[in-house]
Amino acid sequence: MATQQVPNRTRHDGSDGAQHRPMTRAPRNWKGAPDHYSETPDWKDGTTKFLGWFSIGLGLAEIFAPRAVAKLVGVSDEDEHVGTLRQFGVREIAAGLGILTRPKPTYWVWSRVGGDAIDLTWLTRRLRDSGEGNDRTKLLAAITAVAGITALDIMQGAKMTSEKLPSTGHDEGSFQVGKGDDGTVRLEAQVTVGASPQECYEFWKNLENLPRVVGHLESVRTLGEGRSHWKAKAPAGMSVEWDTETIEDRPNEYIAWHALEHEQVDNLGSVTFVPAPGDRGTEIHLEMEYHPRGGALGARIANVFKKLPQMELMMDLRRFKQLIELGEVVQSDATASRKTPHPAQPNASNELKSELRNR
Amino acid sequence: MRANCWEGAKHVKVETVPDPQIINSTDCIIKISTTCICGSDLHLFNGFVPTMEHGDIMGHEMMGEVVETGKNVKKVKVGDRVVVPFPIACGKCYSCKKGMTSLCENSNPNAHIASAIMGHSPSGVFGYSHMLGGFAGGQAEYARVPFADVGPLKLPDDVTDEQAVMLADIFPTGYMGAEMCDIAPGDTIAVWGCGPVGQFAIASAKLLGAERVIAIDRFPYRLRMARERAGADITINYEETSVMEALRELTGGRGPDGCVDAVGLEAHTPGLVGLYDKAKQSMRQENDRPGALREAIMSVANGRTVSVIGVYSGFIDKFPMGSLMNRSVTIKSGQCHVHRYMQPLLDRIQKGEIDPSFVITHRMKLEDAPVGYDIFTHKEDECMKVVLKPGH
Repeated sequence: MATQQVPNRTRHDGSDGAQHRPMTRAPRNWKGAPDHYSETPDWKDGTTKFLGWFSIGLGLAEIFAPRAVAKLVGVSDEDEHVGTLRQFGVREIAAGLGILTRPKPTYWVWSRVGGDAIDLTWLTRRLRDSGEGNDRTKLLAAITAVAGITALDIMQGAKMTSEKLPSTGHDEGSFQVGKGDDGTVRLEAQVTVGASPQECYEFWKNLENLPRVVGHLESVRTLGEGRSHWKAKAPAGMSVEWDTETIEDRPNEYIAWHALEHEQVDNLGSVTFVPAPGDRGTEIHLEMEYHPRGGALGARIANVFKKLPQMELMMDLRRFKQLIELGEVVQSDATASRKTPHPAQPNASNELKSELRNR
Repeated sequence: MRANCWEGAKHVKVETVPDPQIINSTDCIIKISTTCICGSDLHLFNGFVPTMEHGDIMGHEMMGEVVETGKNVKKVKVGDRVVVPFPIACGKCYSCKKGMTSLCENSNPNAHIASAIMGHSPSGVFGYSHMLGGFAGGQAEYARVPFADVGPLKLPDDVTDEQAVMLADIFPTGYMGAEMCDIAPGDTIAVWGCGPVGQFAIASAKLLGAERVIAIDRFPYRLRMARERAGADITINYEETSVMEALRELTGGRGPDGCVDAVGLEAHTPGLVGLYDKAKQSMRQENDRPGALREAIMSVANGRTVSVIGVYSGFIDKFPMGSLMNRSVTIKSGQCHVHRYMQPLLDRIQKGEIDPSFVITHRMKLEDAPVGYDIFTHKEDECMKVVLKPGH
């Protein structure tokens, strides 16, 4: 297996190479409903409202004064043109009502863009009809005006399409599942184990036990003075290594560690032991954070952990539960195999995972 | 060894596979003397349960002789004749200690798959898909049994194989279905489905003191067995009459005090709604066809219980939530916590209160398992329960 060694420049000058950062945790107290609970949401900006009223105005003019509109844009007021303008008017009114009445009328703004295309096509055709009372100068001015409105419609439509629906408001008091806001990969998992906090703590206190439960870790070697050397699996048979140090250790309650400052992967982890209600044992809350510190290697490491689904951490904790409650990890015929997927049938001896052989 | 393997929807095949070996220290290996095809195996056979793989050994009803034990097995000895409960349970987690062994928190190594589909995971089960563990099943010559000191029950000599193997699943499952109805004197219990589990739900309702048991199916031979062997007082053929109207008439308009759904996800429903479910299921828009469940909820008396022991795998449509909520109806369900029923039901067998082998209609060699699946799924030859005898 090829190994990529992260440059190791552990400080021996006694300076504090570690940057202490507390693990974040969402506040868990409850407050009442937000004040604006009953407000009707409306997120139209001024431009959208203008487009709505513009549609209504133009539509009314086209329906009730089609001949005046015809004169304005430079087409002759023959009956065919008047009929067309009245139809356009109905379309404009519909778009205007849609824009003004819907809370987020993205669709209706885009419908205006479609209408603009029809208008432009119609005006351009009239431009080509020689004579017959069409005024070339006025037509060109009208086409320019419609093109301007079209540009505005497209810009507004694109803006509204890209906007997410605003939420009904942020509530400080509500529970939220943690999410990194800075590209950090933050994973959390929980399990309840039928043992005392002390029994669970004893296992985690020795970080060298971690690879027995955390699937993507190959090894953890303690270096003394609260420091340890970690090795994790990476894709294509590679592995990545870094040094960490324990930053907090409250017996039977909490252990936290993080990667030393100079390492290219910024890794924070913590495990909290909370007595579970009744006779349920201990809740284990595991949190892991990975943040790249720059450099191609750092980015690759972050990628490894980005692909780690929450599910894997959950599997890790279930393995931990089995080790504490049963003393060993339970395997089925399918999961005991080196080959995956393996059907639910016994493995030939040489197919078993190495740690399961010769039992 | 030889084993009956799943090879795709509607295709099982007896194949030669490696012999099982001890993997965990509390495992034992049993040489299987008698094993059965369960109605719920037909859901796997027909391809309705996700996460099956080619080569999976089928079967979760098995008994036999212990031939090897892991180094941490204390109670069970080589040579013991045992029946094995179908849920795999560690005996040490919170759920096991509460007696809910089909919810064992440690026995499903693929709990993450089940959690993704169901929210949380139940226990591992022999031969019942990879989301329930990927454990090899019991339709084979040998099987590895995890937690040998927790599951397998040592059998007395006066109980036959064909009686004992019913304790692996269907007798306890039917019994739990009746028990969940909280039967009180004077109660009428209706049971949808007169397959083997339904027969045991009927018989158990009588054992638990039901005044009257009404059995519902569409196959005359199954309705006949319900009346003549399981003890049903009245039977309804749902293809010939309206079940809800019949139940209303038979209960003075109250409805049954307990309804047991012993049908599950492949219910047949006459008429348009049945076609709707079939179409949605075949287009993968709905995992399960819940015709019997809907009817049970609509039929049950106000304030009483619908007990669901038929197997469901995923999501259903047109769930009559309004009826449930407004009429204070309770639904109870679960894969059977077999471990807690095996000894008491063995006692009932020994006392002669019931001989559970009455459901057996077909006895076959292991090699003939595919034939057994075929006639069971098509209800041919008045098939009710197929037992397989490996080594014959």
